[in-house]
Formats: sequence, structure tokens, C-alpha cells
Amino acid sequence: MARGGEDRNQRKGTWQPYAMLAPGMLWLLLFFLVPMLILLRYALSEPTDRFSGKYELTFRFANFTDAIGDFGSQFLRSFAYAGIATVLCIVLGYPLAYFIATKGGRYKNLLLGLVVVPFFTSYLVRTIAWTTIMGDNGPLLAISDGLSLTGLLDALKITTNGGMLQTQTAVIGGLTYNFLPFMVLPIYVSLEKIDLRLLDAAKDLYSTPRRAFWKVIFPLSLPGVFAGTLLTFIPASGDFVNAQFLGGPNQQMIGNVIQNQFFKLNDFATAAALSFVLMFIITVAVLVYARLFGTDELSV
Amino acid sequence: MTRRRGRAWQAAGVLPGRFIIDTTSGDTAGGPRADDVIVLDHVTKHYGSFVAVEEAHFSIARGEFFSMLGPSGCGKTTTLRMIAGFETPTSGAIRHEGVDVSRTPPYKRNVNTVFQQYALFPHMTVRDNIAFGPRSKKLDGAEVARRVDEIIDVVRLGDFAQRKPTQLSGGQQQRVALARALVNYPSALLLDEPLAALDLKLRQAMQIELKRIQREVGITFIFVTHDQEEALTLSDRIAVMSNGLVEQIGSPEEIYGSPASVFVAGFIGQANLWQTVVEAVADGRADVRIGDQLVTGAAGPNVARAGDHVTFMVRPERVKVTVLSPNASGASGSSGASGTSGAAIACEVIDYVFQGPVVRFALRSPDGSEIAAYVGSDEGLPLLRPGDRVWASWDRDAALVLPESANPSTLSTADAVGATAS
Repeated sequence: MARGGEDRNQRKGTWQPYAMLAPGMLWLLLFFLVPMLILLRYALSEPTDRFSGKYELTFRFANFTDAIGDFGSQFLRSFAYAGIATVLCIVLGYPLAYFIATKGGRYKNLLLGLVVVPFFTSYLVRTIAWTTIMGDNGPLLAISDGLSLTGLLDALKITTNGGMLQTQTAVIGGLTYNFLPFMVLPIYVSLEKIDLRLLDAAKDLYSTPRRAFWKVIFPLSLPGVFAGTLLTFIPASGDFVNAQFLGGPNQQMIGNVIQNQFFKLNDFATAAALSFVLMFIITVAVLVYARLFGTDELSV
Repeated sequence: MTRRRGRAWQAAGVLPGRFIIDTTSGDTAGGPRADDVIVLDHVTKHYGSFVAVEEAHFSIARGEFFSMLGPSGCGKTTTLRMIAGFETPTSGAIRHEGVDVSRTPPYKRNVNTVFQQYALFPHMTVRDNIAFGPRSKKLDGAEVARRVDEIIDVVRLGDFAQRKPTQLSGGQQQRVALARALVNYPSALLLDEPLAALDLKLRQAMQIELKRIQREVGITFIFVTHDQEEALTLSDRIAVMSNGLVEQIGSPEEIYGSPASVFVAGFIGQANLWQTVVEAVADGRADVRIGDQLVTGAAGPNVARAGDHVTFMVRPERVKVTVLSPNASGASGSSGASGTSGAAIACEVIDYVFQGPVVRFALRSPDGSEIAAYVGSDEGLPLLRPGDRVWASWDRDAALVLPESANPSTLSTADAVGATAS
């Protein structure tokens, strides 16, 4: 068998794998690596003068430290918002995925479709829709008024002075809403793969349904939670749309800062440096996270 | 451990005493006897209009190796799942050690299951898999370790304790599944076709292994299989099931030697079967006509009257093949209930297969029916060819007259009720 396989490889030549790799590699080279290098060049450059908009590569590493020093609070806020949104996505998404995977029956695909349906409209439109939902005359505040919860929500810092827009609640809520499907789908996939007879086995071995879940189902679904966390946390950290439309000046995330630096202040060097710092922090965070939760579990 | 083999019953002349539960001890306490670990009391399971199990009514003794045998869809797995607690009976009761557990969830029942594909926890090591049950029971760490060490020895998995299930062979996984169940000292171990996933050679080795482990731990095994040979090899008693009904319960010898119904006769081993009508019944024997011959056989259950539609059965290995007529008067074919000898039929050889120790004949009788005969190759028969004329004969004890459609569930009920009904 092995020999036959080698023969076949030799017959077909060794160029084929490369031929199949080439389009993707070319794409990444042109649209990922080259822009990254351009960006890196900016991150290490200084403007030649104040107004020309020209930059000179001076290997100014202080761009990075300046970026962190000037925008440290926005970095922290971004990771805090993204982290809270990710946790909320797990809390909301896991039970949903569990329900669809175990109790969905013949409605499984329909339910999954409903999870994905928001993608049919644009990200921007969905986010702007939330300004109506959370607006001062919107349904959310009407309900809380109707239930006389305004005081309580204020006390819990969920609303500020009875308003919801331009608060961190709005931004985190928007992030949670927008990234929820990215949490539900991978968790669903990992739950779907679990042999439900394991649940029978756990119950047979004196486990209450609760213990069976925590000892068997949950550990086996961790690869999905892991993937979902990455898919949620990473884009949420760099997101600027939610903070822009749902937040106020005090809810600016690092994405807003970068966008601002690039397009409003035309400070390409700082913007590029900020981008690299963001990438670096996320990469390190993901590596640490993968170490803690074990990527080998992903293959289960 | 009470290990009652059918042989003892046959020796005592209780044929066809097909059921272990003897009616004499039934009236002593009114409840299950101390020996009965599991009692099924008129258990029926419906899924909508589909009847999965009907009127299962038997009990399983302590230390017994009990098999439920039948084709797929016969209700054996459903019965097992009801004993484990994964299904609730539609009616009837299941008792474990005298306690009604019909509505008790599986995690509160002291029985454990070896699942068909083992259902080992893939994210745990062998050791953690085995320790799962004791830890669920919140036994203290030292006791858990002691039990796991003990059972790992019994199933000979010591070297694999730290491996994950995916790193084990099928046979090793099977042992882990066994150990994971046995470590809890269950009052009964339920095995759902545990050998089905193994190849033939491993399956045979594991059969021996299962038997050894069962002897070693002395726990009741309830074994579900569709493989008749496996059931015959392993079991103290077998319940043969078909279409949700328990057709017969008995030792392997009883099931094979005195099948209670045509289904049992056909499902276990090979059988020559003739559909016919009873001519006369006398003295536990029934005379029937096959072709133009009057033959006799032991009357099975429910064979009561002349005119009953029945099936006449002879096992191929009980059929003798001779070139000359086996008895002087045999040629006339008078071998009915009055006769002392069995039957002899003049046949034509249609096929002859030499298989080493055994020669398999296919013969055609004058009425056109085919008769299979397995003859020892040391019987000194001349080389026969298709078309040769021979005599097929058998002792009258070799033949059985079986009811066309037994109503076996009520039969087993009649025998079992004294012992199990409370």
C-alpha cells in the first residue's frame, strides 16, 4: 500500500501540492503580507514635516511605547469590553447551542438558521438598529419604565441617568449581540459530535444529570467554547463599530482610536503602531489561552 | 453462588421443565426469593402503538449468567434498558433485590451497563474512566484507589491505566468498559452486545475472558446478544425473545434440546421442520403425519389435541443415514406412537459435503421435503453421490412436535408466577 502510494505521488509529480497551495499563498502574500509590511514600515516611521503627509522610515520604536502610553486606557477598555462580551456570549450561547444540539430534533437546521439569519443584513445596519432598540424612546427603556426598574438599573450602572445609549452597557450589549453566532456555532458543532450515550454511561455510573453534564458533556464541548472564544474575543477587541454607534466619548475602544488616527488625524505612524500593539497583545493572549486550555483538545 | 445448570434438571427428569424458577418455592414468602437479584413482573413497554416488550415475566438469580437472545428488534435491548433505568415500563414492575425500581432513575440503581460501543469517556484516562462510578458515589479517595487497583488487576489493564481510550485496541476498550462497571460492585452487570464490535478471533477470546471474570467476581451478568452461539457458550440460562415476546427461558441444553416453539427451534441451531397436523396425542407424545408416514415426537407445550397445527422437528445431527433399511419392519413405515422405534424414510441424496469430522447430507424425502443430516465421518458410510438411495432415520426421542404458534409469554408466566408475583 505504502509503496503504491509513493508510486502514485511520483507519477503525478511533486508540483501538484504546490499548485494547489499557490492561489491561496499568492492571495495572502498580496493582501496580507504586503499590507502588513507597509503597515510595519509606517509603524517605524516619522512624518517628514507636519503637513505633507509624507513619512520617512526612521526605525522609531518609540512609536510603540508612545501608543501604549497615550492610549493605554482604550486598550484596557477594549479588552475589558471584549472579555465581558465573550463571557456573556458563552452564558447566552452555550445553553442555546446545547438546546439545539440535544433537543432540536428535526428543527435543528431551522433553529441554526435562525441563529445565522442576522448575518443576512449588514453588520452596520444591525448595530444601528440597536440605537433604536436602546434609544430613549425605544422598547427596552419603555419596558424598564413600565416595570419601574429605571432606578434599579441606574444603581446597577446598566443605565446612566435613565439612558442606555452611549453607555458601556450599550457597547457591550452590541458586541455580545453581534458576536453571539460566532459563539453558538462552534459550541453547537462540538456538542453535536458528542456521543449522547456517554450521558447514559455517566448516569449509569451514579451521576446525577448535573454531574454528568459537568464531568462529561462540558469538558468534551470545551473545544467549541475555545474556538468560540477566539472567534468572539479577537474581533471584538478590535471592533470600532459598536463603540462608534452605541457608545459615547467615554466608551471609545482601541479600534475607534486607530480609525481616528488613520482617517481623521492622518497620524499613520501612531495608527500603525497601535495596530501592531493590538495584534501583539491578542497573539500573546491567544497563546496563553491555548496553553491553559490545551489546543490538542481541539482535535477531539 | 447457586449455579443451576439445565443438566441437573434433565437428570432429575423434569423435562420439559424449561424454567429455573420452580413453582414449589413460590408460596413460601410471597415475594421474590433471596436469590433473585432482578425480577421482571409482567413488564410491557410500548412506544406509541408499537409493542417493544410484552409481558416479560421472569427473574434472574444471584450469580447467574443470564442471556437475552433474539434477532434485532426483538425487544432484548429495550428490556435491558428498562433494567438499567433508561426506559420506564409502560406497565408491570421491575424489582432489584426486592425493591421496586420501575420509576427509579439509572443513577440510583445498583446495576451497571457495558454499552455496545463501550461509551468510554474519551477525555479521561483508563484509570479516571474506571474511577468515575466510585467518585460519583463520593467514596473517599483511598477507597476509590483500592477498588480501581483491584479491578484493574482482574481485567489485566495495569499497564494501560494512564492511557486514553482512543489509544487502546477494541479488546482493551472492552475491558475498560467491564472494569468501569464492575468497580461499583453492582448487584447485576448488564451487557449490551458487548462483543459485537470485535472481530471473530477477539470475540472468542473475550467470551472466555468474560466467563473467567464472571466466575472471579461472582456478579450476576445479564447479557444481550443476537449471536446464538455466544449465548450457548456463555450462559447459565437464556431467554429467547422474538417480536417483544419471551419465547422460552432455559439452560442452553434445554433451549437447544427442547425448544418451546418453532421460532426457538429455528433460531438456535439447525432444524428439520415439517408443518403438519396432530393425529393423536398420548402420554406426552404426539403422532403426526409427514408425507404418508406416521411419526411420533415429544409433544411440546400447547400441543393438546388431534387436529392441532404443529411443526415436527428433528435436529440434523440426530438424523441417521443408512444404505439399508434401519429396521426390518421399518420399510412399512409403521412407527407411530404405538411403535417403539423412531421413523425411517427412504430418501434420495441431493447433496453431500465432507467437512472433516462431519458429513453434511441434503436428502429428499418422497413427499418432496428436504432433510438435512449431519453424520460423523467415522460412521463408515460408503461414498455417496447425488441420486443414491438411502434411509434417513431417527430415534423417537430425537423428534419434537412443536406448536405452530406458541403463546410463550403466558407459558412462562404460568411457570414463573409462583416465584415472582408478590
